[in-house]
Parts: sequence; structure tokens; C-alpha cells
Amino acid sequence: MKRLLLFIPLILFAGMVVLFNWGVDQDPDSRTALEAARLNQPVPAFQLTRLEDQSPVDQTILRGQPMLLNVWATWCPACSVEHPDFMKLAQEHGVFIVGLNYKDDRDAALKWLNDLGDPYSLNLFDPEGRLGFDLGVYGAPETYVIDSTGVIRYRHVGVVDERVWTEVLAPIMRAYGFGGSESTAQENEA
Amino acid sequence: MLMRKGLLAFLFGTLLAATQAWAVIETYEFESEQARAQYNQLTAELRCPKCQNQNIADSNAPIAQDLRREVHRLITQGATNDQVVDYMVERYGEFVIYRPRFDASTFVLWFGPLILGVIGVLVILVMVRASKKHKQEAVLSGDERHKLSQLLNDQENS
Repeated sequence: MKRLLLFIPLILFAGMVVLFNWGVDQDPDSRTALEAARLNQPVPAFQLTRLEDQSPVDQTILRGQPMLLNVWATWCPACSVEHPDFMKLAQEHGVFIVGLNYKDDRDAALKWLNDLGDPYSLNLFDPEGRLGFDLGVYGAPETYVIDSTGVIRYRHVGVVDERVWTEVLAPIMRAYGFGGSESTAQENEA
Repeated sequence: MLMRKGLLAFLFGTLLAATQAWAVIETYEFESEQARAQYNQLTAELRCPKCQNQNIADSNAPIAQDLRREVHRLITQGATNDQVVDYMVERYGEFVIYRPRFDASTFVLWFGPLILGVIGVLVILVMVRASKKHKQEAVLSGDERHKLSQLLNDQENS
């Protein structure tokens, strides 16, 4: 019996090896991702302007259907990576996407949308990052799922691509009532 | 000798200049020394959300600048330390505080080391006691003592 006790340090060591290995193997994105402090809370109140015509908007505009809120900027390299995917989501899947232009220049942002296309149904302009700060944005791009009552249901930090959409965002959007044109497209294929 | 002193002074001066070049952090004005101390304490204890392990006082990340600006704004509005920390946690989660708050989820964090320490002390006490008992058992009986002296005597004679 006493002999068996001698194996305790070895077992502890093996356990630590497994634990640390698991930590090292983890996806670096998920390791550095912060918990979303605003999860399951309404979008914080804000007073911003539309990017295009500078007309005022507040948080009540983010109601009525499940939507994505994409935090982007022209200075953000990863934002240009995910831009084509958002174009696709808007055009082919019928997703309602709100763009939050974050700490950016209005002219530069308008030029970007003009040159590359505008996937956003609504464009918010947040030059000082005020709504960004209240949301807890710590680096663009970030993408939020907001339900039809204006409550934040998910936050994705980093680039949204086809895989992130189909595996992560789409199921959440559907859980909050998103129909979109995707389901019909799949039925057509079947 | 004088030359060397001059050289030393010069080298020391460049050292100071170097540290100043590092400190690119913006300056804020405060109404009182107390508010300044509060700012220094809070920026040292709040963690930059974008960085892996840096407080917002040390970080040049834009997000750390935002946090410093908000800390300054809240302090000038007369917020207490707790109010500032709550404000940040509300937005960035528990990650932003280096000094974890005390609740059910952080119980292990706060008391884990203490509990492990107590267990360690108990283990040592039990072991010491066991070994003492063992020593007492090792005391020789009168018969054995007789045998031992006989053996020793034999060795001396031979």
C-alpha cells in the first residue's frame, strides 16, 4: 500500500503534463479572447451619427430582427480580409449587418465602402470609439450577434469567414429567429 | 579623474534621457495630489485588455489609452476606486482587474494557497510524530543492551 503512495508524484506530474499540453495546443484566438462582459445584456445606449449623412441614431435602431454588428475600420488589416465574406453574407444569405465604423476617418471609410462595396444595411460612425468602449471592444474586427429585441447574444473577436459563419454565427442567429435566404438555398440544393 | 567623473555624469544623463523617451504616455492634470495618487494606483491595477500581461499605465496600446482617459474622466467626476473598477469590469469583464474580486468564483484563487499550506503543515506534523514514535520503538530492552555490550566487548578484545 505504501509503495503505491510513492506513485502519487508521478501521477501528479503526468496530470500536469497533460494539462499544460492542452493549454499549449489550444487555439491562440480562443486563449486570448476575453469573456464578453455585455453578453445577454441590451446594447448600451449611444448617440452616434450615420456614416453617410451624419444624421443622428441611437440604440433603438438595433431592433426588429436578429442582426450582426460588425466593428471595423480602414486602418484594420484583418477587416479587409473579412470584407468579402460580409459582402457574401449580405448578398447571398440575406443577413442584416450593421457596420460600426470604429475610430476611423469618415472620408476614408466612405471611400472604402465605395471602392470595395457596402455590405452594411446600416452604417454607424464612432470616431472616438465611444460605443466601442461601452461594448468592450478591444480590437477590430469584432462581430456581435444582436437579437430582435436589441440584446447582445454573442461576440466573435477576429475575422469572420465562411467557417465562422456556418459553424458559430449562423446557428446562434437561427436560434434567435434568423430565417435568411440560406435555408431556402439549401433546400433548393437538396 | 575629473574626466572620468564627467563621463560618468554623461552616461548617467543618457540613462535618464532613455527612460524619458520610453515614457510616451500622455499627461493628465488633476485637481489634487489625492486624485493623482488615485489615478496612479488605478492605472497600475487595471490590466490592458489587448495585451497579455501589462497594466494600462505601462501599455501604449490604443485601448490602454482609452482606459486611461476614462479613468481620468471618472476620477475628475469624483468616482471612487470601486466605481471605476466596476465601470471597467462592466465593459471588459474580470480580465481587466489584476486584483481579483472576492466572490464564489475566486474563492479558490484567494484561499487555495492558504488551504494547501495548512495541508502541508499537517502532513509535516503527522510525519514528525510518526518518526518520533518510531524512535521510541527503537529503544533497546535490557536484554538487548546486554547483548550489545557483549558484542562490543568481543570486538575490543579481538
